[in-house]
Amino acid sequence: MTITIYAARKILTMSDARPVATHVAVKDGKILGAGTLEELQRWGEHTLDETFADKVLMPGFVEGHAHSGAGSVWDGTYLGWFDQKDPDGKVWHGLKTTDEIVARLQEAAATGEGPVVGWGLDPIYMDNVRITRQDLDRATTDRPIVITHASGHIMSMNSKALEMAGLLKQGLNHPAIPLGKDGLPMGELRGPEVMAPAGQKVGYDRKALEGSERGLKAFGRLCVRAGVTTSTDLARIYSPDKVDVMLKTTGAKDFPICLVPFRHGRDMSPADLVAFMKEVKPKSTERCQLGNIKLHADGSIQGFTARLRWPHYQNGAPNGLWYVAPEQLLEVFERALEEDLLVHIHTNGDEASELAIDTLETALKKVPRPDNRFTLQHCQMATPAQFRKAARLGMCVNLFANHHYYWGDEHYKYTVGPERAERMNACRTALDSGVPMTIHSDAPVTPIGPLFTAWAAVTRLTASGRVQGEGEKISVAEALHAITLGAAFTLKMDHLIGSIEAGKRADFAVLDEDPTEVAPEALKDVPVWGTVQGGRIFAAETI
Amino acid sequence: MTPALPVTVIGGYLGAGKTTLVNHLLRTSGLRLAVLVNEFGALPIDSDLIEAEGDALVSIAGGCVCCEYGDDLVGAVMQVMALEPKPDHILLESSGVAIPGSILASLLFVDGLRGDGVVVVADAAEIMNTAGNRYLADTIERQLADADILVLNKADLVDEAALDSVRNWLGAQVPGTRILPAVQGQVPHDALLGSVPLPRRGHRISGHAAGLFSSVVLHPSGPVDPVALATSLAEGGHGLVRAKGYVANEAGGQTLIQVVGARWTVEPAEPGHQTGVVCIGLKSGFDPGRLDGLGLVEAV
Ligand SMILES: [Zn+2]
Repeated sequence: MTITIYAARKILTMSDARPVATHVAVKDGKILGAGTLEELQRWGEHTLDETFADKVLMPGFVEGHAHSGAGSVWDGTYLGWFDQKDPDGKVWHGLKTTDEIVARLQEAAATGEGPVVGWGLDPIYMDNVRITRQDLDRATTDRPIVITHASGHIMSMNSKALEMAGLLKQGLNHPAIPLGKDGLPMGELRGPEVMAPAGQKVGYDRKALEGSERGLKAFGRLCVRAGVTTSTDLARIYSPDKVDVMLKTTGAKDFPICLVPFRHGRDMSPADLVAFMKEVKPKSTERCQLGNIKLHADGSIQGFTARLRWPHYQNGAPNGLWYVAPEQLLEVFERALEEDLLVHIHTNGDEASELAIDTLETALKKVPRPDNRFTLQHCQMATPAQFRKAARLGMCVNLFANHHYYWGDEHYKYTVGPERAERMNACRTALDSGVPMTIHSDAPVTPIGPLFTAWAAVTRLTASGRVQGEGEKISVAEALHAITLGAAFTLKMDHLIGSIEAGKRADFAVLDEDPTEVAPEALKDVPVWGTVQGGRIFAAETI
Repeated sequence: MTPALPVTVIGGYLGAGKTTLVNHLLRTSGLRLAVLVNEFGALPIDSDLIEAEGDALVSIAGGCVCCEYGDDLVGAVMQVMALEPKPDHILLESSGVAIPGSILASLLFVDGLRGDGVVVVADAAEIMNTAGNRYLADTIERQLADADILVLNKADLVDEAALDSVRNWLGAQVPGTRILPAVQGQVPHDALLGSVPLPRRGHRISGHAAGLFSSVVLHPSGPVDPVALATSLAEGGHGLVRAKGYVANEAGGQTLIQVVGARWTVEPAEPGHQTGVVCIGLKSGFDPGRLDGLGLVEAV
């Protein structure tokens, strides 16, 4: 195959040997080298491509914690407070009032059939206004409306939906079903134990679309717009036959990212899970990296289901829930270590992080693996001592910088209070403790966009505009490292991606401005032109 | 109207013997039991014991069915409810870290289902250790607190003094909760499941005389306030583990009363049932004579 040399305004390689270059030579989807045109011409016959002559190239961004469901949620109607771009690049304006929400739902209800599904609603930005079923009835009374809130812990329904769920009746007495003055449910369901069954009765199945070809393609388009060339799909349940579907979808000529699905362990015994991963790992392709495992240790902080160390939640709420027993965690760890498989563990609360760290320490005594890279996902409340110990055990962390922006104020006021809210998602401490670190969006919980995530870690601003945890800020250079090589390292893919160096995949984020030259506060606004993945060019404009 | 299908949640920490208990109930109850298991993959349920070609055994993904990942629970329950012929009772074996009361609560608004009770299995040799584990203490506390009936399993693995001490400890943890010591989950099924054999067609209530349990049938002297009677049976300090039966109500109809530990339900019934309430209790804690005030007590 021929050699292409791309000229750029500037190339930030993230490689210490040659941090900045003007040209990069690509052959067979891989990088021959980055340098000057004169240097690269020695490779022989080539095409000089000037497409990026006025652009800035970086290594393609790597999203270490997202879900491909970020594509399929757009089959529903976005109702959030912030402007957000859909996979087609259309900007959906953030909704600021109940009337605006009703109007958008009305429009959605005018076409199609079945439940009208909304997502991303976040009344905390609207002075915690309660959207009632009567509000939603103004949009439609013929079709059920089911809305999941951005927090994931509340669902809103119109009267039709409540009726279909069998809930539109007097005399309900359940803490998760608030009632209106009339004694009937007011329209909110607060807690998964009622949301899931009610949603199901209305015909809303959030998992139906997940992993569908259409959903994966939509996710790929979102990635291109964000400069992402490799993304995790962090908690997938898939069976052997689904592997072939995933390989086929990701193998399409125009599929723009390398997908890294992590198989969730919740429905398989540890032995079966590890055997399955061992079997599928060799089927990995350039665009689908298989064989990794995801586990949940606890729930979420704002849902009060995360496991916290003393002094627990500041409102006195009982400690959260374990989603796995310590013995089961240990068994998965040991078996995975034996087979050199990678495990990432969801730990929101600091007690959950502690359990994962302790359990890995125990497992490593039996199965020593210095380069295990088991990664604490979210790890939002970890203490300095936990970071130090995680580092010594060979673990990594993936901190939830976006969450700090979107819900930092909530944590400051309600869940844990100022002292612990300020040390949440402690990027500075993590790096100073020597634990390899990346940062993430958890899309669709927050929009995928590594430059935004980097901005959040650099500024530590919350939605209300306060700097929360000055001491945990990191530099722009550190943040850019986190969204490229940092994330690649946690996936054990840093030999393949994450920097622009000879031998690596030709994966680039193509930017209109230089993120190292703009003010740190403007990092999130650096326009993304598109990506190059495995030498294939994807312009956001036409994706 | 078809009567609601009762569901019993069987909770307790990993290794307590929940599955052993389920297998025991499958073997001995004589009921059509549907079993839902919420655990990480493994299904050590003895599937030979399941009728209906295994349709009545449904596995729900592990973790906690009442958490964010709980979507599977209702689907699984619906699947079981659609079985023909219908099961008599659903057993839901929860995962070792689940809070069983939350699971029961999440089932309460599936139409046609009735929460019968929460049975928590505790390992006599381990429960105090587990409750002292710094990661698990509050989880165990909440599991125990949710129990309508506590099965103190593996009682044979500890000596008498140790059994006494764990019973005392449990008594202090959850005062008032019925505690049933057991070996390999062998608890009389009618002490645990709502389908207490009703006093009909001369049916004799089987085999408690030789065991730890005693049973009587209570015959109220006339129409009663079913709620008052159920409350008294559940909370009156009689030491009952379980009670079930039809009574004549003050409105001239019949009501079905069910008691599991301190939990009770009453529901209107079609007329024409033989009246009388079967009451089952541990011999050591149940004094049938104390029911005298509620009606005629017939020994069985
Ligand atoms: Zn996630």
